[in-house]
Amino acid sequence: MSEAITFSLDGKTVTAAEGESIWQVAKREGITIPHLCHKDAPGYRSDGNCRACMVDIEGERTLTASCVRQPSEGMVVNTETERATKAREMVFELLMSDQPSREVHPDPESDFWQWSYKVGVSASRYAPCERPVQDISHPAIAVNLEACIACNLCERACREVQVNDVIGMGWRGSHAAPVFDLADPMGLSSCVACGECVSACPTGALFEKSLMDEEAKVRAVYPDETVDSVCPFCGVGCLTKVSVKSGKIVQVEGRDGPANENRLCVKGRFGFDYVASPERLTKPLIRRDDAPKDQNIELNGSNYLDVFREATWDEALDRAAAGLQESYAAKGGAGISGFGSAKGSNEEAYLFQKLIRQGFGSNNVDHCTRLCHASSVAALMEGIGSGAVTAPFRAALDADCVIVIGARPEQNHPVTATYLKQAAKKGSKLVIMDPRHQGLMRHADHGLIFKPGTDVAMLNAMLNVIITEGLYDRQYIAAHVDGFEALKEKVSEFTPEAMAPVCGIDAQTLRDVARLYASSGKSIIFWGMGISQHVHSTDNVRCLIAMALITGHIGRPGTGLHPLRGQNNVQGASDAGLIPMVFPDYRSVEDPNIRAEFEDAWGRTLDPQRGLTVVEIMDDIIADGIEAMYVMGENPAMSDPDQHHARKALTTLKHLVVQDIFLTETAWHADVILPASAHAEKLGTYTNTNRQVQIGRPCVPLPGEARADWELLMELANRLDLDWTYSGVPEIYEEMRSHMPSLAHISWERLERDGTVTYPADADDTPGNEILFGDSFPTEDGRARIVPTDLVPPAELPDSDFPFVLTTGRMLEHWHTGAMTRRATVLDALEPEPVVSMHPKDIRAAGFTLGQQVTVETRRGAITLTLRADRDVSSGMLFMPFCFSEAPANFLTNPQLDPYGKIPEFKFCAARIAPAMAEAAE
Amino acid sequence: MTFGKGLSRKPSQPKGRQLDEAALEDVRVLLDGESRQRDLLIEHLHKIQDEYGCLEAKHLKALAEEMRLSQAEVFEVASFYHHFDIVREGETLPAPLTVRVCDSVACSLKGADALASVLESGLDPSKVRIQKVPCIGRCAAAPAVQVGKRAVDNASEMTVLSSVYAGEIEPSIPDYVGLTAYLADGGYNVLQRVRSGELKAEDIAEYALAAGLRGLGGAGFPTGTKWKIVNDLPGTKYLTINGDEGEPGTFKDRVHLERDPHRMLEGALIAAHAVGVERIYIYMRDEYPAVLEILKTEIALLRENGIVTSIDFELRRGAGAYICGEESAMIESIEGKRGLPRHRPPYIAQVGLFGRPTLNHNIETLFWIRDIVEKGSEWFATQGRRDHKGFRSFSVSGRVKSPGVKIAPAGITMNELIAEYCDGMDEGHSFKGYLPGGASGGILPSSLADEPLDFGTLEKHGCFIGSHAIVVFSDKDDMRDVALNLMRFFEHESCGQCTPCRSGTEKMVALLQDETWNKDKIADLDVVMRSASICGLGQAASNPVASVLKFFAEEAGS
Repeated sequence: MSEAITFSLDGKTVTAAEGESIWQVAKREGITIPHLCHKDAPGYRSDGNCRACMVDIEGERTLTASCVRQPSEGMVVNTETERATKAREMVFELLMSDQPSREVHPDPESDFWQWSYKVGVSASRYAPCERPVQDISHPAIAVNLEACIACNLCERACREVQVNDVIGMGWRGSHAAPVFDLADPMGLSSCVACGECVSACPTGALFEKSLMDEEAKVRAVYPDETVDSVCPFCGVGCLTKVSVKSGKIVQVEGRDGPANENRLCVKGRFGFDYVASPERLTKPLIRRDDAPKDQNIELNGSNYLDVFREATWDEALDRAAAGLQESYAAKGGAGISGFGSAKGSNEEAYLFQKLIRQGFGSNNVDHCTRLCHASSVAALMEGIGSGAVTAPFRAALDADCVIVIGARPEQNHPVTATYLKQAAKKGSKLVIMDPRHQGLMRHADHGLIFKPGTDVAMLNAMLNVIITEGLYDRQYIAAHVDGFEALKEKVSEFTPEAMAPVCGIDAQTLRDVARLYASSGKSIIFWGMGISQHVHSTDNVRCLIAMALITGHIGRPGTGLHPLRGQNNVQGASDAGLIPMVFPDYRSVEDPNIRAEFEDAWGRTLDPQRGLTVVEIMDDIIADGIEAMYVMGENPAMSDPDQHHARKALTTLKHLVVQDIFLTETAWHADVILPASAHAEKLGTYTNTNRQVQIGRPCVPLPGEARADWELLMELANRLDLDWTYSGVPEIYEEMRSHMPSLAHISWERLERDGTVTYPADADDTPGNEILFGDSFPTEDGRARIVPTDLVPPAELPDSDFPFVLTTGRMLEHWHTGAMTRRATVLDALEPEPVVSMHPKDIRAAGFTLGQQVTVETRRGAITLTLRADRDVSSGMLFMPFCFSEAPANFLTNPQLDPYGKIPEFKFCAARIAPAMAEAAE
Repeated sequence: MTFGKGLSRKPSQPKGRQLDEAALEDVRVLLDGESRQRDLLIEHLHKIQDEYGCLEAKHLKALAEEMRLSQAEVFEVASFYHHFDIVREGETLPAPLTVRVCDSVACSLKGADALASVLESGLDPSKVRIQKVPCIGRCAAAPAVQVGKRAVDNASEMTVLSSVYAGEIEPSIPDYVGLTAYLADGGYNVLQRVRSGELKAEDIAEYALAAGLRGLGGAGFPTGTKWKIVNDLPGTKYLTINGDEGEPGTFKDRVHLERDPHRMLEGALIAAHAVGVERIYIYMRDEYPAVLEILKTEIALLRENGIVTSIDFELRRGAGAYICGEESAMIESIEGKRGLPRHRPPYIAQVGLFGRPTLNHNIETLFWIRDIVEKGSEWFATQGRRDHKGFRSFSVSGRVKSPGVKIAPAGITMNELIAEYCDGMDEGHSFKGYLPGGASGGILPSSLADEPLDFGTLEKHGCFIGSHAIVVFSDKDDMRDVALNLMRFFEHESCGQCTPCRSGTEKMVALLQDETWNKDKIADLDVVMRSASICGLGQAASNPVASVLKFFAEEAGS
């Protein structure tokens, strides 16, 4: 650290820390200097181009931009000399000459107008230059370049902060202007609509259409209030500011949260209006007596009353509880099951599992973690005694080597992706491994496009290199790790040369990447569903754990293991015990001591055996086991594999209660539907992928008769004579916390105050621990355990009948089964219809035309949808997102399970593709 | 509300422009064996432009893919430089031949505008495109035209058309002192002495300091001092050579290189070895295709003859941007980016090319090194008049009888220069005023033609000598038109980065077209441009306007 610099600012002696600009010191000293191109926010580089912040430095011929200039010892700086003041005024007058007038401006409240007012400039004497044309091609963002001041903040936002690289500054001189790609209309460009440019723009030249008039030229909407909350979509857990006008959300902006530093993605920023969808459930519904269950039924806003009738809350709740009780009476806990949701809050998850366990003595309670990271959790629990991430994703910025495998963060964790790209830009070596090409590979040192389903072969080959070349950390292994010798023996046969033909990556690359990972000072691994949704998924994760353990790349800044959690609260819902094997905090239901604690707390005998998992529950229903089910916020009719089977199970149920905000595909098969609360309507805590517990707050009122989920849970519990008396969410949180050592020192009060706290925390007033396991692991003996792995092929390999590998996943715009995002105007406008992606070469070879309707078929079903040409998809593969109810990809997927994580093989099955019947007939 | 509505893209493909496989193949063929590193972007754009006569969107997309850049990064660079023609889908391809008519001040005096009009009406626009362009560095032969890459001096409709019809579009290479002749004359002996360790960096620096050698690109910074600064910095360093001689009225570097290129190349190698740089980058403006050809040939010969050894040259081609003559903008351009000047501090000597300490020299500065070492500092220092040191290469154009590059003593006066070196004024013209330092150095009246011409002598009149580009005006010339021509040039060449220059030059052009100049509005613009622009372009752009108001007030209608 160098010493502070002392200099004079407006006659006062002040000090600057190293790297501080004059502008920053002035701000600290309470001296206001106008600024436009300088954004006073994390991640933004000052550029000094607008010249609104000019100050005078004694002895210098010209003025200087205070936002980019660092003071030097003894410098004499004056902000108010005549020429500095004049120059600043002139800058505003020049910029104003080319602006639309304030009354017809895209944003009269923008920084530009606020500063103009403060500087005292309200009109310009200079004639305007030529006005550029408007671009309103994008569904969410209006581009009114007549208000542009060419400050390039949007370019920095797009290129340096979010690293999406869509915006550049085109042309030069007075023609200089932001462009999208090759000066394309924004709506036809590669823009991913993260909206960072909108939040950065100091004039409103780039502005939310949601706040503008019909022509998207002039601002028309000013919010009544703004609420601090957290994003409802993915596991990144971006903090948000939600602006509300007349009870409706009109704008969402990022806040400076630990996971997002003001950044958001298209879903978080523009996907808010699903909450106000006319399709929201607003009244309790009960299946009509004359409406039989039909697994092929499709309901919508106009025909649902053929099947359901509206009911009072009392009738609906009575009916819901009675049906569950009836089955319980008939079959005991074995007859009941519940699917909670990773989209709900921690408190809802806790109450839900408590209801199933306390109300019915059943452990048949699970949620969609089973479909995403169950295998990661299984392997992590087995290996290091903890299922959560060992380091937050921003640790990538400290890493020398970053591996991302089986994940597409640009689509599924877009804000995480920004940090990975920033890490690469500042010099970390980035390695991307995926069977499909992806945008991150442009930033990577190595992009390994391997054969689908060969993860273990590739990773064992890397382990082989690390061990045979002696790149492992002997000391670390001796101190912390068991099972090294067995691993050494196992991987000895997995030479890169032997594995290259298996995984499709040449031996040299395997060696290079293994050496890079092992030899870097700090290496970190991220993974996603590409690792975890296979029949060999637990083995995949075991390999990754072994890599980290034998190299000691865990427990230090810039190192670790990070499964990128999918849902906004999948970490929290799992922590809260929404899992059939464990109570809150992953404590086994089969351990008598642990069970005794909960039996004491909940006042009844609890099920001593682990319950059934998501897919097992469906099988058990068909096998005449489970006959009643309570589903809160989940959509197994879309999310489970082999949906003919899943939907058949749902219709087989004697009694199905669905609590949701929309009439989901699952709700079509319900007996009782309870209209519940959307994220933006309720209070609750959510735990993101980084183990950060954060508060979501109510922003808008509940629609119609819809009620908060915790209240509905309590209503049902009390109809089951459980005598719940919660006064509100804070009380539920505190009860949950009393069973969860992981939340020690994180009281509701603290959460209210801080908004976000990382667990575990060591004291009430110290920040939580971001990097875990520096000293030991939370296993019995404190040591980690390596489990060697063998090659297990995917359950269903391509053959001459089904020659393609079908893989499924998400799109940037659509969340999970699409229940929310398909009803968000902007998101559905961006990706409005089901598509199957295929490499253009395969399309040509098959004689197809891009855009035509095709039928994709597997042994489980067939669906018809639009053919998309996408070079990201490797030859021989098909990719399909599972969010489109018109063409549900999960009609096709293979329900074969990983034996440990019980997760289905969504990422691999054999398929064939042909022109759709109608087209073929033409 | 339009929220949620927009142009719907095709569901049959992912977002944005898709890669055209054939275009990718085109680009791969052009880039065969070449590095894809970022700083070669402009070089690679040239390859496409040269091959296809334009930059089609499909090729830009393919180039981005191949260089692992975003489309926006490619577009912003391509659109910054005027020698690139971007053609997006659905737009018309440019005509196969471009005729560039220089309309900068010297050519404008000699009827460039009329010539351009005549050519435009006489040629089929689908076959030949007439472009009015800023100074192409042939002011002594005004009006000057380039047919393709072939220069036509003292151009007329006849001479241009005959070149067009004859298909003479390649540069004609003038006779120059080649390597053999240069070596025969004792060339590269001084370099040998540096390499052998006989002459060290400090020695060369002392030679330059004693000789009074200064940066002749326009800034006039003492050359020896610059060497000492860079020599003292540790680690990887670079030498950059600024051949982006774009200041209107300046053409001395071109003339030197078209006559005796090795004198500069030896100077460069001496500096490079003395200071210990990693590599030498020559940034040469694209308006000088003959020079580019000569340098390419001669550098290859230097390699073949083992004269270039460990420290090699890299020749980079500009693409039509005056601002890249500004040293930090030039460095940005060498890095393959838009030519945006950087903020100072840090100075490029400390943080320059690729973030490393960088020694940057003008062509002419290096041109004198060999002579100074061989003939001695004293010899050079005593060449000046009135206590000024050394020779200067004055580029003289305008209303004199014998324009051209005049190697004359520093400190000579304008009256002496016209009389002794230019054979007096043109017939029928009487001396009224002159640009002492190109477009940015202001305008002086003939009443101030006895001032010695050198760095620091003209500032008291609001002018400077800069690159020693003298344009002489007569009683036949309208000084308002001159100021407007110069301001249009600055407007055209402003990089657009900072508000005072981007907007100021544009507003100033508008004001100068008023019947009567509005002095208040002009004065306020002058303040903000001069004090708040990032670089010298904006800071000096209002100089000619200020000069007209000061010395030719009656012509400004006030």
